[in-house]
Amino acid sequence: MKILTFFSLFSTFLSANSINVEENAGQFFSSGHTNNWAVLVCTSRFWFNYRHVANTLSVYRSVKRLGIPDSHIVLMLADDMACNHRNPKPATVFSHKNMELNVYGDDVEVDYRGYEVTVENFLRVLTGRLPPSTPRSKRLLSDDRSNILIYLTGHGGNGFLKFQDSEEISNVELADAFEQMWQKRRYNELLFIIDTCQGASMYERFYSPNLMALASSQVGEDSLSHQPDLAIGVHLMDRYTFYLLEFLEDIHPASKANMKDLFKVCPKSQCVSTPGHRTDLFLRDPGSALITDFFGSVRKVEITMETINLTDLIKEAEQKDNVQQMLEMVTNEMNILKLWFDSNKLSLNLNKTKFMIFGNHTTNIDVKIVIDNKTIERVYESKFLGVVLDHKLCWKPHIKYLCMKMARSIGILSKTR
Amino acid sequence: MKSLLIGQMSLKRKGVSHTRPEDLTKSRRRGQLAALSIAAVVIMVGVPLWWRTTETYRAWLPVSQINELANMQLQLSADVEVVFARGTVTPEQQKKVPLTQTQDEEHTVDGDLIFKAVCDPMVTKYEDCKLIHADLSLHTLSESPCGSLVVYVIPESSSLLPEDMDVYIGQRRTALLRIGAQMRVGRTVEQLLAHLEPRIKQVLQVMSFSHTDITAALSDRVRLSPGNKESIADSMRAFKSSPGYEITFSLLNPDPKSHRLHWDIEGAVQTYIQPLLTKLAPVANFSLDSQTLYYAMLGVNPRFDSSSSAYTLNSDSLAHVINPVEARLGSNAASSNPVLNFLLYVPDAHHSPLYIHDNKKQEVPSNAFHSPRWGGIMVYNVNGFYRPEAVLPVDININMAKVMGVFLAQLRLLLGVQSSTAPPGFLMAPCGSTGLADWELDRLMWSRSVENVATATTTITSLAQLLDQIGNIVINDNIAEQVSSAVTSLQLAVAELEAGNLGFALQYSKEAIMASERAFFDPSLLHLLYFPDDQKFAIYIPLFLPMCVPILLSLLKIVSEARQKRREKQAKKD
Repeated sequence: MKILTFFSLFSTFLSANSINVEENAGQFFSSGHTNNWAVLVCTSRFWFNYRHVANTLSVYRSVKRLGIPDSHIVLMLADDMACNHRNPKPATVFSHKNMELNVYGDDVEVDYRGYEVTVENFLRVLTGRLPPSTPRSKRLLSDDRSNILIYLTGHGGNGFLKFQDSEEISNVELADAFEQMWQKRRYNELLFIIDTCQGASMYERFYSPNLMALASSQVGEDSLSHQPDLAIGVHLMDRYTFYLLEFLEDIHPASKANMKDLFKVCPKSQCVSTPGHRTDLFLRDPGSALITDFFGSVRKVEITMETINLTDLIKEAEQKDNVQQMLEMVTNEMNILKLWFDSNKLSLNLNKTKFMIFGNHTTNIDVKIVIDNKTIERVYESKFLGVVLDHKLCWKPHIKYLCMKMARSIGILSKTR
Repeated sequence: MKSLLIGQMSLKRKGVSHTRPEDLTKSRRRGQLAALSIAAVVIMVGVPLWWRTTETYRAWLPVSQINELANMQLQLSADVEVVFARGTVTPEQQKKVPLTQTQDEEHTVDGDLIFKAVCDPMVTKYEDCKLIHADLSLHTLSESPCGSLVVYVIPESSSLLPEDMDVYIGQRRTALLRIGAQMRVGRTVEQLLAHLEPRIKQVLQVMSFSHTDITAALSDRVRLSPGNKESIADSMRAFKSSPGYEITFSLLNPDPKSHRLHWDIEGAVQTYIQPLLTKLAPVANFSLDSQTLYYAMLGVNPRFDSSSSAYTLNSDSLAHVINPVEARLGSNAASSNPVLNFLLYVPDAHHSPLYIHDNKKQEVPSNAFHSPRWGGIMVYNVNGFYRPEAVLPVDININMAKVMGVFLAQLRLLLGVQSSTAPPGFLMAPCGSTGLADWELDRLMWSRSVENVATATTTITSLAQLLDQIGNIVINDNIAEQVSSAVTSLQLAVAELEAGNLGFALQYSKEAIMASERAFFDPSLLHLLYFPDDQKFAIYIPLFLPMCVPILLSLLKIVSEARQKRREKQAKKD
């Protein structure tokens, strides 16, 4: 009887799976992400925008220190400050006065540099619409279980952010790009941080779920820089990112600080502008989202409880010439034959069935073949199609049999003499 | 010169004083005609021309079919054959058992299969061997196509299964089901069938697909609230369906001064991993590579446990092991396929032996752990292979069978071959030499097909929505072609799923997903053409205003003159 099973979907109830693996799943899976990505963009060029590059590099440094590897960071710097002709200390980018902290170390990996940082490339990275020749390091290969941190800094205005002094990205385009990411399930949760003038206008138009946004200033306010360094001659950092960096220096990979602490970074007394944040699109409570959910990369791990026993396979391969193995195979085949006979209404005469093992080595194992509870007799020679086969294949019994036959005939012939 | 000037002046004077009323109307009419014809040309020719040249090219998309796809219902059907062994149904009842499908009559009720023949006294010591023989011999009787099952119903008195087990699930697509005790005395065919149906359904849920599997596979399309922790963990652990995967085996040797490690990775991959990957070929392509990393340390310091005189890593610190190592693992720059990393870590001589402890401070037998959607790490202790006073560096050959056993188990988990705990009363055969039973492959294929269909549908519908919303994205012909082929493949895949042809369904669903991804991620679909309305006005007004104002004014003048004339005519009539 054939059963055809129909399985109609979009049903509203789930069958309760009553397997309790509380201890296995643990608290690790509460955030729902398995990997972290970061997209850090500095959009302005020219030497006097040194602070924007320093901003981006200090966030890059924190993110790397907390565990996100370079393969998961897309760093876009619109200008090269470390090797700029006007840099009195080449190959360095400082974030603190008196050159306390060099954020341009030996292992900075810039993915998009100089004129490659454009609105088009930024949107292409976010939406994934890159030409097929783009290498892996320039792509955002996130999936539906990735938490992404996006940090933008530069010169901005009410509803736009300036790229490269000649083009701008509007808040509508940014919101649409995030919506396309959501449609293709390219993120699990997204944290958007922007440090520009009137930064809060850039997150006003967001409408996709699971987005949290922070900005350094409200609409109508300017985001100010922190402090100049007289030796280098430019302002080194913006205030918001300076205090953000100080906050992140206290975070280590096992830290339990949550996003509500991040909202308190740089109050108006320190920042002069009023930092803002937006959490209405974020599905979890911000107090339960850890800083390391976005800035770090804490892997979930599970202990491997099972293994596959492959040593039996080796024994199988090594015992191919074992007589036991062979007898088992023969028994198997004979059983199959018997089943076929029975299914086709034929009967096998087990009394007349014999078996013989050809070969040279003498086996002292007790060899038996049993079919249908009847032991099959072992013989050492057998007549088959007029030839007597013996188990050693030396043909002595056949010759003897022939001699016997001929002897009879010769005997009769001799009588006729 | 003088005469010319005088002539001109006289002409001028003549012109002013000698204009006749007819000349005036003629010139006015000429002016009116000119204005009207210019307006006509602008409206008839100019406006359509401007419209066509500023239009973005949008190839036709099968929008109605896409909308249909969004609302379709999936139907999965699996063929199950149920074979009754001798002793389960009486001969009279044999004739009464209904055959809902009339194919393969030989394998149904009329085929009396004799199981006792397999009870081989020679191998009574291995219970499983008996079952495996039964299983294999049955398999050769009926080679079931992928996606279908054969369930053999055996009498209650049969000694094939151990006492407390009722169902045996074999390596191939067969299962043995023992009839319950209550079905022995005075039962009718209907009772028998009613008894069997839920049990066969349970077998089907384990071997083919269950409700939770399908809902998990559809999580892309239908965002359901998470059921329980186990289903979240399962859905997070396995990689998403992708046309290809890259598998990298890495040997980490932090102490080359003490250990000179040799591992026959090529041979091991050929013997143990390749059969599994060949079997999984319909699901995805795999590319393998291996590397050895020297002086690669773990990021955490293991603690010395004096009770077992060994170093331990407890489960909390395992989470921080992967990140420092990951920076040193390379990956293939050319492909964007997901990467599975399998690391074999041999602890340095000062920190040997190293054991992993779980939450309950118990040693883990496999000494390995894995991270969802990333890969696995195994710690291999070599301190037992040489004496402490041996001359360093010591040559060590790694036992690849043990290592590959662990990696194979991790690979199965990461690819989504769930080894969910069997329901009570079920006995599972150990998976064969390839590491994957046929029915497990079927299960994977079911969930992959459904997942592919769901993802492709989401991609196509969101693409259609996006292109609809943003009016000025250019849709090239190749994108329209990809979308059409994706829609066709999707419809075919759904039809094959309904018919139960699992192999074809998976193939069509893979084609659908590749075409839809190619269409969605085409580099030309970038909308950079968002212009706020005030910017649009700012562009067009300087172009069109100087041209349109005189035309409009002259048209107004014509209209007002015509009205005036009509008023005069009416006044005249009166």
